[in-house]
Amino acid sequence: MASLREIKTRINSTKKTKQITKAMEMVSASKLNRAQNNAQSYEPYTQKIREVVASIASGNSDASHPMLEERPVKKTAYVAIFSDRGLAGGYNASLIRSFIDEINKRHKSKDEYGVIVLGRIGRDLLKKRGIPILDEITGLPDEPVFNDIKNITRLAVNMYADEEIDELYLWYNHFISPIQQDVTETKLLPLTDMSEETDSKQTYEYEPSAEAILDQLLPQYAESLIYGALLDGKASEFGARMTAMSAATDNAGSIIEDLTLSYNRARQAAITQEISEIVGGAAAQE
Amino acid sequence: MSTLNVNVVTPDGTVYEGDVEMVSVRAQSGELGILPGHIPLVAPLAVCAARLKHESRVQLVSVSGGFIEVRPDKVTILAEAAETPSEIDVERAREAKVRAEDRLNRAKQEEIDFKRAELALKRANTRLEVAGK
Repeated sequence: MASLREIKTRINSTKKTKQITKAMEMVSASKLNRAQNNAQSYEPYTQKIREVVASIASGNSDASHPMLEERPVKKTAYVAIFSDRGLAGGYNASLIRSFIDEINKRHKSKDEYGVIVLGRIGRDLLKKRGIPILDEITGLPDEPVFNDIKNITRLAVNMYADEEIDELYLWYNHFISPIQQDVTETKLLPLTDMSEETDSKQTYEYEPSAEAILDQLLPQYAESLIYGALLDGKASEFGARMTAMSAATDNAGSIIEDLTLSYNRARQAAITQEISEIVGGAAAQE
Repeated sequence: MSTLNVNVVTPDGTVYEGDVEMVSVRAQSGELGILPGHIPLVAPLAVCAARLKHESRVQLVSVSGGFIEVRPDKVTILAEAAETPSEIDVERAREAKVRAEDRLNRAKQEEIDFKRAELALKRANTRLEVAGK
């Protein structure tokens, strides 16, 4: 059995760890709150664009745009949203696992795809596996604004417009609840499912023309979807971290309990031994 | 007097919401003035200061990159970035202006993205105009 002093040290260090995980849990909870608010305030923007695009796409069928049409796929690009920091449970691990599995299934060689990665952990993981990285952003703030990722959204959309890539997929953790985040894949480009949503029957005048508007609107829409996924991913990250930290705090609690028990036992044993030594010594004197 | 409900929406949330009598913006094809009862219209916007007139007061909102959607009783401006005067960082806009001008000057000699610098200058000027500086 470990000595009294050793057990005491372990109890103290576990207590300190517990304090830290507890604090991180509370910080994540408040950040999660804000992330959810941000995701909510973003919602009307994308909804509105979607409405207008859908009405153009369904209204006059002669308006076409390369972003709305499928073409033979030679190269695929993925936008993958990871976190910058760890200690978020399975947040990054589950995303990278499904992502790599899917890539290996779909592509035979590394020339067929490229990844635009957000988040330091994701970048490191992908680099280690030798996945071709087209671009990266790390060190994003906890509450990102659209400006922070504008360059990357523009790059992705321009690459599609220049036919360097023929498909664009989005990978991120979709927030369901603090204890559940699902790895989600969305096909971003081409936008094929637009015309399905025709619930709002509104016919517009287009100034100057429907094509000119699609030209501006579709890139803006695609860019906003990437941003939306980032906000969703951030909420997931804090949810995952909060849950992981709350589990860590609970575990620390039960470790402390166990250690305290063995500490008391060891103390008891030491006292018993001392007493029997004294009694033994006294008996020898007589 | 009849009014229009105006919403200025960006990915970071709603910037302005309210009832106004007239909206004027600069679309890419020219100035647009919208009164209540306008036919449904969609038009892409230039970088501009949108003027929202309400009871003889004019609220300015700087708008960059986006479009306007008009319905008879409702106007929505969707932009990548938009600010009301109080939200504009004047210092930053000034710096951006100087930077953009500098780039435009050098663009004659070097290979610099002329269009991008020009847009940046326009954005900075619009912001300064809206902020009243």
